[in-house]
Amino acid sequence: MLRATGAVRAVDGVSLEIAPGETLGLVGESGCGKSTLGKAIVRLIKPTEGRILFEGRDISHVSQRALQPLRRNFQMIFQDPAESLDPRMSVRAIIEEPFIIHGLGSRAERIQWVDDLLDRVGLPSSSAERYSFEFSGGQRQRIGIARALALKPKLMVCDEPVSALDVSVQSQILNLLVELQRDFGLSYLFIAHDLSVVKHVSDRVAVMYLGKVVEVASAESIYRDPRHAYTKALLSAIPSHDPTARRERILLEGDVPSPIDPPEGSAFGHRINHPRYAETIGLDLGLRQVAPGHQVAADPCCISDEDWGKIRQDELRGEGDS
Amino acid sequence: MIGETETILEVDQLITSFETERGLMRAVDQVSFPVQAGMTLGIVGESGCGKSVTAMSIIRLLPQPAGKILGGHVYFKGQDLVRASDSEIRKIRGGEIGVIFQEPMAALNPLHRVGRQVAEVFRIHKGLAKKDAWDAATEMLDLVRIPAPARRMMDYPHHLSGGMRQRVVIAMALACRPSLLIADEPTTALDVTVQAQILDLMEQIQSEMGMATILITHDLGVIAETCDEVVVMYAGRVVERASAVELFANPLHAYTRGLLASIPTLDTPSKSLLSTIPGTVASLADYSHGCRFCQRMGREKNVIRERPQFAEVSTGHWVETCPICYQP
Repeated sequence: MLRATGAVRAVDGVSLEIAPGETLGLVGESGCGKSTLGKAIVRLIKPTEGRILFEGRDISHVSQRALQPLRRNFQMIFQDPAESLDPRMSVRAIIEEPFIIHGLGSRAERIQWVDDLLDRVGLPSSSAERYSFEFSGGQRQRIGIARALALKPKLMVCDEPVSALDVSVQSQILNLLVELQRDFGLSYLFIAHDLSVVKHVSDRVAVMYLGKVVEVASAESIYRDPRHAYTKALLSAIPSHDPTARRERILLEGDVPSPIDPPEGSAFGHRINHPRYAETIGLDLGLRQVAPGHQVAADPCCISDEDWGKIRQDELRGEGDS
Repeated sequence: MIGETETILEVDQLITSFETERGLMRAVDQVSFPVQAGMTLGIVGESGCGKSVTAMSIIRLLPQPAGKILGGHVYFKGQDLVRASDSEIRKIRGGEIGVIFQEPMAALNPLHRVGRQVAEVFRIHKGLAKKDAWDAATEMLDLVRIPAPARRMMDYPHHLSGGMRQRVVIAMALACRPSLLIADEPTTALDVTVQAQILDLMEQIQSEMGMATILITHDLGVIAETCDEVVVMYAGRVVERASAVELFANPLHAYTRGLLASIPTLDTPSKSLLSTIPGTVASLADYSHGCRFCQRMGREKNVIRERPQFAEVSTGHWVETCPICYQP
């Protein structure tokens, strides 16, 4: 995260939780920090500040050595499986490697496990002796999933797992992920820019904008009743699949700002040039609950007057109590 | 479409082949469709279906020497582009026919200022003097809603965001007020909100300038939002063609149906199993002459040995009438 200009806060003050067996969808535009957050969660990046608790244990600052036995619990799959699969290794060697690193099984057992994993992700066992580049994109993603599954992880971070795939193959991989979750009780952090795909797989959805989570709610609630102006704009940008019902889009001006020089106050308020932007400088724009299980940034530029009034009232009541 | 329309481009039995290690491959195999003036025609299909090669064949930008047009015609305002000389086609490309690619950086020179590159189009195609070309270019950047266009003219491409770069490329493509714009996945590399901006911009400009557009995309949502007519391609062939409204309401080919059913929409029940199309698109070398979608579905090669006829089954609705894949 270091650049010549100094440190960039790619992810800034984010708090999220994922329950066992749950899928948390993470959406936002490129550069919003969603992939960085995913990598931090599986400790491919060490967070500068804050904690990541896995089953109650802080994994964010433990040493690589102490992390090693824990790593098997969280795995990651990537957008382009080709980049995470060594072209010089056979598919068998790729899937077997995690067992060897963790010192698991005899040679004969590992052969059996690899065959079982291939079968589980829908590849013939003859694939084992071939090389990843001999496979199509969808099949390579299956190989990546088999490897990630090898150590029976509890949490899988899926970073744009289907965005590079053709639509007909995309549905095959989405179905596989849904089935695996059902069979193994996996939790997913599902990062994607395709909001229809995220809605399909997620129990809850978090929306990120410039390094911050601006809204979290159940998938059903966030799509039916988005509270944050950015979420509303994102949802309205999804192309409708009905040519007779072309929707009115909320067109955003400009582009996602750079995290190198973020605005002092509300980042989205700044982008849309909101008249109340000045008020947000120095304000705590953290998440507040506005409906059961529905949290939104306390940002007067981006939420309804009603929600803002409610948040203010809750705060005044809180101060009165103490 | 009701009312009188004028056909501006007619692709007729186009065949484009590539020389490969495994022999000559027909990437485009007898493709035909008309494009009406002022309308948007979408070409949709998966990677390798030949949608981009079709577009590149129209403007004769095939990779050389591997790609060759082996048959058919592309009539643009009555002239057959397949038989046009290189100098004629160069005049038309970027002149009467504008082109936009997926990756704007592929069309921009990183070493030159944006202004110089847009102005160059006016110098080459319109023969404008330096100062006039510069002014015309500034006007174009304004037309594609780039804020502070005079200042942006001095920027280098890397100063601009992806969305702004694509606007510059659109400005270059539209500089000569083309009557046809070919856009190959113009928004695929962009974020959804920026995609919405660009699609909106293209729609506005299209109605202002009255040009026709061929939009190539893998995204059925983009097709539904923007297109009047749709061509569905599979393995180098057109399997279905109809108006967008008709195609989404009444798809008749198994492949089109499979594509539409496999995409989750906001109305799909959460975590339900999506319908899938088994297998993957095979290499063109592995296809026989018969119905190619039957082959993907694992049906024996000899079931449908003859190439299915591409027929108009109701007004304006064309389908490859394979006895298995055509499902009225």
